[in-house]
Amino acid sequence: MAEELIPIFIMGKKYMVPSSLTIMKAMEYAGYQLIRGVGCRGGFCGACATVYRLPGDYRLQIGLACQTVVKPGMYLAQIPFYPARRADYCLAELEPTFQTVVKTYPELLRCLSCGTCTKVCPQGIDVKQYMADAMRGDIAAVADRSFDCIMCGLCVSRCPAEEVQPNIAILCRRLYGKYLSPRAEHLAERVAEIEAGKFDDDLAKMKSLSEEELRKMYNERDIEPE
Amino acid sequence: MSYTPEMRESIKKVEATRPTRLHETFPMMSPQEKQAILEKFHPDYKAESMREIRVGVSKGHRMPLELADVMEGASHLTSDLLDLERIDYDTDVLIIGGGGAGSSAALLARENGAKVIIANKLRHGDANTMMAQGGIQAADKPNDSPAIHYLDVMGGGHFANYPELVEVLVKDAPLVIKWLEDLGCMFDKEPDGTMRTIHGGGTSRKRMHSARDYSGAEIMRTLRDEVRSYPEDITVLEFAPAIELIMDDKGQVAGAVLLNMETGEHLVVRAKCTILATGGSGRLHYQGFATTNHYGATGDGLVLAYRVGAKLAFLDTMQYHPTGAAYPEQIVGLLVTEKVRGLGAQVCNIDGEQFVYPRETRDVEASAIIRECTERGKGVTTPSGMVGVWLDSPMIDLLHGPGTIERALPAMVRQFDRFDIDITKEPILVYPTLHYQNGGISLKPDGSTGVPNLFAAGEISGGVHGRNRLMGNSLLEVTVFGRRAGKAAALRAKEVKLGKLTLSHVDKWQRELEEAGIENPIKSPILLPDYRRKLR
Ligand SMILES: Cc1cc2nc3c(=O)[nH]c(=O)nc-3n(C[C@H](O)[C@H](O)[C@H](O)COP(=O)(O)OP(=O)(O)OC[C@H]3O[C@@H](n4cnc5c(N)ncnc54)[C@H](O)[C@@H]3O)c2cc1C
Ligand code: SF4
Ligand code: SF4
Ligand code: FES
Repeated sequence: MAEELIPIFIMGKKYMVPSSLTIMKAMEYAGYQLIRGVGCRGGFCGACATVYRLPGDYRLQIGLACQTVVKPGMYLAQIPFYPARRADYCLAELEPTFQTVVKTYPELLRCLSCGTCTKVCPQGIDVKQYMADAMRGDIAAVADRSFDCIMCGLCVSRCPAEEVQPNIAILCRRLYGKYLSPRAEHLAERVAEIEAGKFDDDLAKMKSLSEEELRKMYNERDIEPE
Repeated sequence: MSYTPEMRESIKKVEATRPTRLHETFPMMSPQEKQAILEKFHPDYKAESMREIRVGVSKGHRMPLELADVMEGASHLTSDLLDLERIDYDTDVLIIGGGGAGSSAALLARENGAKVIIANKLRHGDANTMMAQGGIQAADKPNDSPAIHYLDVMGGGHFANYPELVEVLVKDAPLVIKWLEDLGCMFDKEPDGTMRTIHGGGTSRKRMHSARDYSGAEIMRTLRDEVRSYPEDITVLEFAPAIELIMDDKGQVAGAVLLNMETGEHLVVRAKCTILATGGSGRLHYQGFATTNHYGATGDGLVLAYRVGAKLAFLDTMQYHPTGAAYPEQIVGLLVTEKVRGLGAQVCNIDGEQFVYPRETRDVEASAIIRECTERGKGVTTPSGMVGVWLDSPMIDLLHGPGTIERALPAMVRQFDRFDIDITKEPILVYPTLHYQNGGISLKPDGSTGVPNLFAAGEISGGVHGRNRLMGNSLLEVTVFGRRAGKAAALRAKEVKLGKLTLSHVDKWQRELEEAGIENPIKSPILLPDYRRKLR
């Protein structure tokens, strides 16, 4: 059975494409060899931000081209690049405070809490809320709430206050990860042991074993229970 | 896009057996059973899918047909095409490919005093590293040790691994986790800071560290942000892939020719040392398999390295991940992370019966799923003709408490929710998918390749994983060997005196192809897969 073809408009030009395709595959079906606007093809890299409208609907809609199925009459364009400033900073020189965040991104305080960013986020993140968390200086909350951000830039493209939300979010996540989250003590201890050469003999011995001996050890090794 | 009525019938059987299965684990296969199932069902064992390469230093090395065609390809360049005296960029260390390995290398090269250029084919970070979900291994718990980790790696790799590479892999592992923690990576932790670690296929200790199921993304974006902190020392070029390495008249690697993919301009980069970190080759779709890999995984670095004389290792083994999505059609081949099984989900056939221990090594697990869907005919067929088996994700909440799936697997929940499938309530249909290049350029512990001034790190390399990589050892490899290569290249760069640049090796390669009677070779590296419909 031939698959149903539906019309879509890529940057205003009409193409007939199979109705089951994602926007990305539909563009390729139409004949585009993508260079920009494509990366992981799996919803992780944020390279494929796309805006579109549907017939009879005034609303501007958004989606990831690799994760959104085409609809009849879809009128679309990709935003493969959107200028967003990354402030000049070096994490090691910062302190995990509200002042740091505001000094690094002074525009933070211009946020109007309009919520447009939350509406467009393809990850379903409450962007407005993490911006509010940032304005309150709650770095841990920003880190947690923004964790699934794939830095696609859609919120940046629609923000009336010209914010760079994903850049503020990653600053907060890194501040949290380095300074605020509890340290893994067992890790630091293991690093010290390794540096003191504690495992060198064990490893040298393992390396000297024949394949037979290793195989036997492997098949008899005990496995930590669930 | 939710499940069809036929599929729902089968799901009912999965649900019916669930209460008993919760208390039962299917037994692990014996070593003999494992070998038998691999030989009969694993894609690598299909003799007609491989051939020997007919030219170059590793002539006779077996590899998939699709890869052999690319490796025996002709250059995009000839030596008279470019004026190498006109240098666009001059640097200490050139890194080709800015995934996890390339970015780690850049940071360590800089730390050791080098000026660095990272040349990317796509954007910096659009890479397999960004897609890794499950996690990264390191023996940092009291009941674990680098030696126990060593044994797991060797066993997983069928004892073919290069021991000196495995040794540094497991020994550097905790150092790398600490390095990432210090760079601000948000690993999953208990309130007291203890790393939350779980099992992965083939592990004997719970040593899989994760950052929800965005583990690779968290590592990649952290490394990228750190790289961006040093614009004076590290220049990042995007949409500018390397299409050939440059040598000098002393036989050393001396940089690369890049292609600006948007304007078609060639750029000459002269570098005292060059690090290849271009990742894997899933987009070559061996045996027609769908893949989990990103768009740029086309094996470019292997091609470039081989033309200047780097040796190959284990390219006859590819990793097929047991659980690629088999439904819905739009995401076929994408990864369903092993963490789903790590958290306790079992694999079931059309009748809701378990048929394999859920945490066999990947090659064995994949073979068992292929057997169930082919020889035993117990797979579930989708409307597009794919066949798959069930991965019983709802078990996870039953085992670990409600909310676990959403907390531990947000990317997976979202991926399927976009197509109206709720994996907290319904199982996932899966089938093996092309995932990882186990072999590659033969490597030394410092990341050197044996070709003067050429280094490599990450999925492009071969030897660390032997014939099969365990989950979580690849994110580890890219950071461990990325750092090692970055440091070694920066130190080496201080001594290098380059001669006159040349592309004569490209002409020589061309002659070799002709002498071997290879007619109409394709042009490689291919840079991008071509998914366009054949147009009139
Ligand atoms: C979906 C998925 C899930 C995974 N999950 C896990 C996991 O849970 N744990 C684990 O340990 N491993 C996992 N892996 C494997 C692991 O992520 C990769 O093996 C590893 O990240 C590879 O890193 P890399 O730096 O070598 O290559 P990549 O991260 O792929 O980076 C290579 C970069 O080089 C670029 N490039 C390619 N050709 C050129 C060229 N000619 N010029 C310039 N640049 C070029 C690419 O576009 C890319 O940006 C997973 C892989 C995938 C695909
Ligand atoms: S769109 Fe901009 S101004 Fe509006 S809430 Fe979001 S960050 Fe604030
Ligand atoms: S927060 Fe902004 S950049 Fe991040 S995923 Fe959402 S829309 Fe994209
Ligand atoms: S291509 Fe990476 S998110 Fe779509």
